[in-house]
Amino acid sequence: MWRDAVLVAGKDLRIELRSRVALWQVVPVAVLSLVLYGFALGPGRRALAGAAPGLFWLAVLFSTVLATQRSVAIESGEGTRDGLRSSGIDPAGVFLGKAAAVAVELAVLQVVLWAAMTLLFGVHLRVGWLALVASLLATCGLAVAGTLYGALSAGLRVRETLLPLLVLPILAPVLLAASRAWAAALAGSPAAGVSWLRVLGPFAAVYLVVGVVLYGPLLEAG
Amino acid sequence: MNARSSTPERLPRWIRATGALGAVLSALTVWLGLWVTPPDKVQGNLVRLVYLHPPIAWVALYLAFGLAALSSLLYLWRRTRSLFWDRLAAASVEVGVVFNALTLATGMLWGRPTWGVWWTWDARLTSTALLLVLFLGYLALRRVPATPEVRAKRCAVAALVAFVDVPIVHFSVIWWQTLHQGATVLNANLSPTIHGSMAWTLLLGFVALTLVFVWMVAVRYRIEVLADRTGALDLEVSLEERWAEAAAPVGSQAADTEGAGAAPAARVER
Repeated sequence: MWRDAVLVAGKDLRIELRSRVALWQVVPVAVLSLVLYGFALGPGRRALAGAAPGLFWLAVLFSTVLATQRSVAIESGEGTRDGLRSSGIDPAGVFLGKAAAVAVELAVLQVVLWAAMTLLFGVHLRVGWLALVASLLATCGLAVAGTLYGALSAGLRVRETLLPLLVLPILAPVLLAASRAWAAALAGSPAAGVSWLRVLGPFAAVYLVVGVVLYGPLLEAG
Repeated sequence: MNARSSTPERLPRWIRATGALGAVLSALTVWLGLWVTPPDKVQGNLVRLVYLHPPIAWVALYLAFGLAALSSLLYLWRRTRSLFWDRLAAASVEVGVVFNALTLATGMLWGRPTWGVWWTWDARLTSTALLLVLFLGYLALRRVPATPEVRAKRCAVAALVAFVDVPIVHFSVIWWQTLHQGATVLNANLSPTIHGSMAWTLLLGFVALTLVFVWMVAVRYRIEVLADRTGALDLEVSLEERWAEAAAPVGSQAADTEGAGAAPAARVER
């Protein structure tokens, strides 16, 4: 399963590296959304700094939808899904691999977004480890839940509109918890942020397990 | 054309009885709630919404979505896999969404005079609203055309994945609230100790709406079965019509194709 996961993740990431869609479309859109938030709430520094963690995670959340769409699109070519299905790779491995690829993309995106946020909103992280741990857990949660729903909507003609409706309410707790944790990290009060890791951790764990169990039946159904 | 024009058999008696009983008990609840029970000391006449709101929420959040999750699980489990569970899940989600919306509506009607606002970012309100969106997504997914088996599997997974989210949403929103002590007056005494006629009315409300729920799900389930049957039948009938059309001109010219043309026509008459 793990070897299969590494294979699938490697394949997805190589495709992303060569096509540059994630890098040159998803990341710029996320940065652009930060600028647009600035227009909507700005130019007062205080309002922007206060809203910064929420806006950051909102941008990540919407980028998750884009990254997931993209991850499904890779598999939507003629016969690609059947190829994957008949390759003898464990469905759980496919799930873990695709989720890992999305997670790596989201992690890169967050580094860029964090730099943009520091520059545009004039905030900086006071408790680095808290932000890092929160980011890692949230990224895992977003990637596994997103991949699961991506598989659910794969092969549907209405995928582009259906996926956000299905996945955004599911991801709401991640937005909530990660924003709070980052707010604490920005404010320099780790005690208030640590409790939010108790939402992010279980979320990632639960959807990891659910995905490993249910991805097989979904791949059959698609 | 017999199969098409024959009227579907009437609703089973137990469904009709449940519906009638539910209607009578609901009417009784309304009468008791509006005229018989006294106004509350603290809330005045506003308390009358309490006979309706908790039973509606109970139906939506526990009965309907609980049943949907259970049926989806039973569908996914190979040993109990049957379209019965899929249709039951679909029916109860649909009824649940209606009751979920009613929960929010009655809650807001009560909240406006009590708290002074239609909406507050309270844990229960927020998670109930999210639940509504979650299961609206389920219904949207159901409308995507697919074979019954594919749709059933897809929807069962969606229902389970959504259901898993419920406790996470609930706890995260509770923590959000406690960390963000807002101006809401939720710690006000919401549940004055109920007794006497008020308690009986509330209990009756629970029974009445549970019966209404059972009735609605049963009827909705039947619609699902009939819709599947008509879908299959319509396809069959129109296929046979096309065959008959294609065969008709040929059949009038050559004798040997007449026999072939007659066969589908006979099947239509069945």
